[in-house]
Amino acid sequence: MPPLLKILIMRLGLGVLTLLLVSLVVFAATQALPGDAAKAILGKDSADTERYEALRKQLRLDRPLVEQYTNWLGGVVRGDLGRSLVGAGANVTDLIGARVVNSAILVLLAALVSIPISILLGALSAIWRDSKFDNAVNMTNLSLASLPEFVIGILLVLVFATAVFKWLPSVSNVNSLLPLAGQMKLFVLPVITLALAVIPYVSRMLRASTVEVLESEYVMMARLKGVSEPRVLWHHALPNAIVPTIQVIAINIAWLAGGIVTVEYLFTFPGVGAGLVDAVANRDMPVVQALVLLMAAIYVLLNLMADIFTILISPRLRTGLR
Amino acid sequence: MSGARTDIVLTVEDLRVVLDPSGIEIDDGVSFIIHEGEVLGLVGESASGKTTAATSLLAYQRRGAKVAGGRIDIAGTDVLSLSRPELRKVRGGLISYVPQDASASLNPALRIGDQLLEILNEHSFGSSQAERQARLLEMMDEVLLPNDRAFLRRYPHQLSGGQQQRVVIAMAMANRPRIIVLDEPTTALDVTTQAHVLETVRHLTSSYGVSALYVTHDLAVVSCLVDRIAIMYAGRLVEIGPRADLFTGAYHPYTRRLLAAIPDIHATRPPRGIPGSAPRPGNRVAGCAFAPRCDCRIDKCATELPPYAGPDADHQVCCWRWEEVGQGLSVIAGEELVFPTTRVEEPCRSVNNVVVDVRNVTAFYQRKEVLHDVSTTLCEHRCLALVGESGSGKTTLARCIAGLHQFKIEGAIEFNGKPLARETRGRTSAERQAIQYIFQSPYSSLNPRKTIRQLLAQPIDIFFDLDRDGTEERMVQVLEQVALESSLLNRYPEQLSGGERQRVAIARALVAEPSVLICDEVTSWLDVSVQAAIIELLVHLQGETGVSMLFVTHNLALVRSIAQEVAVMQDGRIVEHGVVDAVLDDPQAEYTRLLLGDTPTIPADCRI
Repeated sequence: MPPLLKILIMRLGLGVLTLLLVSLVVFAATQALPGDAAKAILGKDSADTERYEALRKQLRLDRPLVEQYTNWLGGVVRGDLGRSLVGAGANVTDLIGARVVNSAILVLLAALVSIPISILLGALSAIWRDSKFDNAVNMTNLSLASLPEFVIGILLVLVFATAVFKWLPSVSNVNSLLPLAGQMKLFVLPVITLALAVIPYVSRMLRASTVEVLESEYVMMARLKGVSEPRVLWHHALPNAIVPTIQVIAINIAWLAGGIVTVEYLFTFPGVGAGLVDAVANRDMPVVQALVLLMAAIYVLLNLMADIFTILISPRLRTGLR
Repeated sequence: MSGARTDIVLTVEDLRVVLDPSGIEIDDGVSFIIHEGEVLGLVGESASGKTTAATSLLAYQRRGAKVAGGRIDIAGTDVLSLSRPELRKVRGGLISYVPQDASASLNPALRIGDQLLEILNEHSFGSSQAERQARLLEMMDEVLLPNDRAFLRRYPHQLSGGQQQRVVIAMAMANRPRIIVLDEPTTALDVTTQAHVLETVRHLTSSYGVSALYVTHDLAVVSCLVDRIAIMYAGRLVEIGPRADLFTGAYHPYTRRLLAAIPDIHATRPPRGIPGSAPRPGNRVAGCAFAPRCDCRIDKCATELPPYAGPDADHQVCCWRWEEVGQGLSVIAGEELVFPTTRVEEPCRSVNNVVVDVRNVTAFYQRKEVLHDVSTTLCEHRCLALVGESGSGKTTLARCIAGLHQFKIEGAIEFNGKPLARETRGRTSAERQAIQYIFQSPYSSLNPRKTIRQLLAQPIDIFFDLDRDGTEERMVQVLEQVALESSLLNRYPEQLSGGERQRVAIARALVAEPSVLICDEVTSWLDVSVQAAIIELLVHLQGETGVSMLFVTHNLALVRSIAQEVAVMQDGRIVEHGVVDAVLDDPQAEYTRLLLGDTPTIPADCRI
């Protein structure tokens, strides 16, 4: 078996184990919340003991905890996330499906915008270290990082949607039933907001590692060999400087994927973050469990991808595989 | 300073390099020339400005330094006035650079073949890609490396240290430069590898008529490579002349003391260190910078900088008393040292008590066996030198004795007749106190966040029940033993020189009052001048305290100066073991003979 595949399988196994632990914690946590699902559904009517007991039986809440857990987990494995406790009791998969797709598109776009910009800014401020450009980028990054995302979002809305210019919609109520192409405009402001939240971290990390690499002896050697500055940067420095940044990128994307609730609320964007908040408010346990498990899976997967990518671009790690 | 020859390739005139923006001088008024095919050795201690001067030849300064004046001319090109694109053509074309640490100077993310081809591509060598490919294979041949595809596709970390250094030399020779700058290219290598690399450099310069500047702190390394030698101190050249003249009739006290500091296998007396350390830029005094460390200084030295003078145009020196020094004025005050000849004719077991007994020890690194059935003894009041190249297992053995080895050990290690536990945590407090370890690098063995006081107080705190005054008194006393001022107690390690740091590390071991001192390559990071001073100190301490010492080194030449017995290790085995004189004068093992042959020496007629 190729060594990389072995690592992949091993790490996937560990990932599944992590998710299993997460599922336990999620299940325990939702159990620990005051009141159970039956009470949540009945609301004030839960005082009616007879109806309450009947519903508990119907929801199988009277069974032992272990059985409840294994039933639920068995459903998850088969792809059956259960039924929502709210309203008509729709299938959870159908209920969150649209939100997951919306969030996925948002995160993908935010990543596509923010990663190249971060790399460019980080690399350029490293070569022009202590220059006006570097200082300006540094100041902007710090200001952006110190502002909460929703403040940035509000400012963007003020400038581009309401008070100054009226170019873009201030509300991004994406409808997953309509074709995506016609709705791209709705994504612009949320994507910019998220990108501005990620760029400071990634670009500062890349700047730091590039500065370190530019001071290295192999970069000095490349310069003393007569290699041109652009080639020194892109060919000699960046492939080494990017390595520690990969983990930071992965964690940031996972963070985005976890749903930036405040940003989704601001733009009334139908994503997973807002969905999770609604579900918690409604005591809709099956939806909460499904979304939390999904977010955990994304963290595990992105970190695994970052590790594999790190191995692929570091010859020392790649050739060291046994 | 030139003779009648006209084939000058490099002229450096009055070069001044300063720290930017403070303007403090790193190099001040450095001038020399190099003829075609000639190798000039540039020799000096750390902080002498030799590397700064060397990279200046490529118009390169590290961050925070700049050229403030002077002229550098290589084959008619005024290097310091070039535009960036012109400079790129010169670097790697007209003049090339071989760095000290090849492993750090090769890009870990690029294949060596690509890195070698890059210098040809960037300088548009030849007229076609095919021609460059052919040159690449030829370059590999020149430095005696395999030139098959598989080898060229390797990454730097897949090469040995010697191979990495050859790759870097091949790179430097790629475009057939007029001159190459070699910046201590063998310091990080074992003696046998060093000997091969030096041989390669010698071969390349003589067969292709390439000139070279060879920068080093060790005169012995260049003794059979260079044509002329320039001695640098505190940013100035203090003496420059033909190689033979410098070895047999140096005029500067500093040159003579550098020679006296070299441990030489054939020497009749131990090396003498130069007290103190070379001043860093900004701490240099008026007048002659060497005066504070010079044993033959006169009043004038402290105020007036001597002019260059000398017996002839080829041999120039910067000292007020050069004529007296040339006539044999002693440059070393104090009594002559002798070798630690309390040594005996037969192995010690019958005479002294055995302190550490290593019996049939086999040790593993992870699952790999790295020591194979090793047995040796360390006796009371004796020093055993453990000699070998990297990977020979000498440090592993030392760490096994110290209780620092983390993997499986078979066999027995006894201390005063009692078996020692494998790890320190299994040993008694008395055992831990009795066996102290001094590490190789004084730059990483001292916690940079602790003051010298805190560093020294720690072992006292652990092993002795002393009150505050008692602790303080003990620390001052131990600093005195290692010849350091007690005012250093409040300093941090980074405020000290390398030699001072190693003295602090020795003090930290001594303060525990050990009966066994393990010194693991304790001088390999230091200049020869400082190395000799540390050896002097260790010999003195051993005589004074009667401590038994295990001295681990890769340098056979040091052995006679410090040890009574020696064990030579190769590939995890002891291949020869005996009394120092017997082993060095009449080596039995083939490997010992090989090591002896590759150890650099200075000419037999060298005069100090």
